[in-house]
Amino acid sequence: MTKIKSLFISLVLTLGVSTAIAGSHGSTLDIVKERGKLMCGSNTGLAGFGNPNDAGVWEGIDVDVCRAVAAAVFGDANAVEFVPTTSKVRFTVLQSGEIDMLSRNTTWTLQRDVELGLEFVGVNYYDGQGFMVRKDLGVSSATELDGASVCIQVGTTTEMNLADYFKANDMSYEPIPVETNSEADAAYLAGRCDIYTTDASGLYASRAGYPDPSAHMVLPEIISKEPLGPSVRHGDSEWADIVRWSLNAMIIAEEKGITSDNVDEMKNSKDPETLRLLGVSKVGDTGAGYGAWLGLDDDWAYNIIKQVGNYSESFEKHIGVNTPINIARGLNALYKDGGILYAPPFR
Amino acid sequence: MSSSISFTHNKYYSWCRNNLFSSWINGIITILSIYFIYEVSSFFLNWTIFEADFVNNFRGEKITDRTFCSKNIEPGQHGACWAIIIVRFHQFIYGFYPVEEAWRVNLVYGLLPFALVGIFFDNLPFRKYFLYFTFLFPFIGYFLLYGGAGLDVVGTSKWGGLLVTLFLGVTGILLAFPLSIILALGRRSKMPVIKTICIIFIEFIRGVPLITLLFTANVMLPLFLPEGVRPDNLLRALVAVTLFQSAYMAEAIRGGLQAIPKGQLEAAQSLGLTYWQSTRKIILPQALKISIPPIVNTCIGLFKDTSLVLIIGLFDLLGVGRAAVADIDWAKLHYEVYVFISLVFFIFCFGMSRYSLYLEKKLKTDNS
Repeated sequence: MTKIKSLFISLVLTLGVSTAIAGSHGSTLDIVKERGKLMCGSNTGLAGFGNPNDAGVWEGIDVDVCRAVAAAVFGDANAVEFVPTTSKVRFTVLQSGEIDMLSRNTTWTLQRDVELGLEFVGVNYYDGQGFMVRKDLGVSSATELDGASVCIQVGTTTEMNLADYFKANDMSYEPIPVETNSEADAAYLAGRCDIYTTDASGLYASRAGYPDPSAHMVLPEIISKEPLGPSVRHGDSEWADIVRWSLNAMIIAEEKGITSDNVDEMKNSKDPETLRLLGVSKVGDTGAGYGAWLGLDDDWAYNIIKQVGNYSESFEKHIGVNTPINIARGLNALYKDGGILYAPPFR
Repeated sequence: MSSSISFTHNKYYSWCRNNLFSSWINGIITILSIYFIYEVSSFFLNWTIFEADFVNNFRGEKITDRTFCSKNIEPGQHGACWAIIIVRFHQFIYGFYPVEEAWRVNLVYGLLPFALVGIFFDNLPFRKYFLYFTFLFPFIGYFLLYGGAGLDVVGTSKWGGLLVTLFLGVTGILLAFPLSIILALGRRSKMPVIKTICIIFIEFIRGVPLITLLFTANVMLPLFLPEGVRPDNLLRALVAVTLFQSAYMAEAIRGGLQAIPKGQLEAAQSLGLTYWQSTRKIILPQALKISIPPIVNTCIGLFKDTSLVLIIGLFDLLGVGRAAVADIDWAKLHYEVYVFISLVFFIFCFGMSRYSLYLEKKLKTDNS
């Protein structure tokens, strides 16, 4: 019996490995170019991050990363096909080659980066677990929450982070376990708990849907690190570079003050890095532009900025303070504005 | 006096008296029940129709996001805000199918009854031609929906909403039907190889949840196929759904086959009919008639199970609904979306159920 079992397992493994090797031959960029469109794994619907709008067009900051890559590769931000993925299947769909990249609020962790065979290429949203309370509770800091009742989704990392945080600060709390996000909203709104805790972006998105959003506040304390970013498969570093630098181009564009509106004027800028980014200057005296290093046209970054916008434009359009989701830049501000958003130099 | 006599002779009065007010207790229960039904139905009707918003809110403004819903403006307003369905109607019915090509889907929806009517009603004039059309319909439908040869190609990834639900449900059921008859006959066959294959197939497929089959078809299959061979996502789901349905339907039909007395087959054979002749003319017609309720039961089950395809990234009716609710412009309109989706599913499932009753009545013979 065990012999048959081990034979079967080794058979499956051999098949899997041999097809995996076979799969690593063609370069992802060639496959994408031949197909004529980018296949991008997105959310099945998360407001502000990735969701189809009334007209069926996908919108959100995660979606914009995909659009940026499409703009870089094809010069057309709409040459993307979005494949909605649930949190259960997202990694398998990426590994099977169904999609070229995954951009759906996925936390970069050791296990996912190494053991699951993914390659995270950067962070497009620094998230972290936060607390939401009613303003009339009169609390301004999470350190004043001793003895509070907390609505918490069972079986998540947030549950463990919560226990750690209260223990470390020598406080007690009463957990109110709930199953889903919408159940948590209902319990919190009905007053069954004083605090609702989950990733801060989720709290903001929930609050935006409440009958009176201004009666609730998200406390300043963030008790865990949740860096969310796009990822690709292990084994094709050239493709990972393209995705990484598409995201970086959006961040550098914000740093240099290049927006979708002024990108054409910026081609006459005196700043050497801006000129390199927009494909105006060449590499030394070789005559070749910077796009060649990535296997792209020289105006790849210009196309991203022109069609998708810089990081700030994308952020403010989908989740910024003027949207119902109303998230301040916070950690996601540029390093020079007090955040930790930082792209390597473009040279 | 005379009027009261004629009143008591009224059959409605006596029916009410006998069934609803036969004793004090029953009378009280009746009155409470009427009150309860009135409260629930008036609440529901007010919510769904009389106090609801459709295109405009109570101020007469066009509703473009949830902040225009009457219930979000005035605390006293409670009616449903159907604008979320109306604004996203295209997505609910066609998914991401291009608006200018939607006529193709409409045409397929419109032709579907003509394709089915030949199967459903056997006393139809020109039935033969309708049946020819039925056989051609899958090809015509696929050509219209997918495109090619003059029509723009619309990839299945753009299909969604009711289109995907119906495509998987109807095609899955129709393809599974012949397959399930073969499986059911094979399982009762005296040839050991065929019998074993059928048993293994049925038990294996029945032994795993549909979601596992979908998952296998969607993410495991490409791992075992050579690079570049990527069967269409929707097609893979359709294969999984068809296999699943055929295994269940086969068992329903086997139940019918077992209910046929052995004498029927023996009588057929003594007349000199071959196995296929007796099966086709004697056994199957009787067995299928008996199997109608369980077959329809599995069909209804499958139709609803198609909503599981969301997990493999296909936006069926429920998936579109979830995305609509997740949109911040329309957040917290869960009730409207889920009531609408339930209604659509109910219409189709109830229709199937009524058709099966009609079939049972039509095929009823006194000897069974």
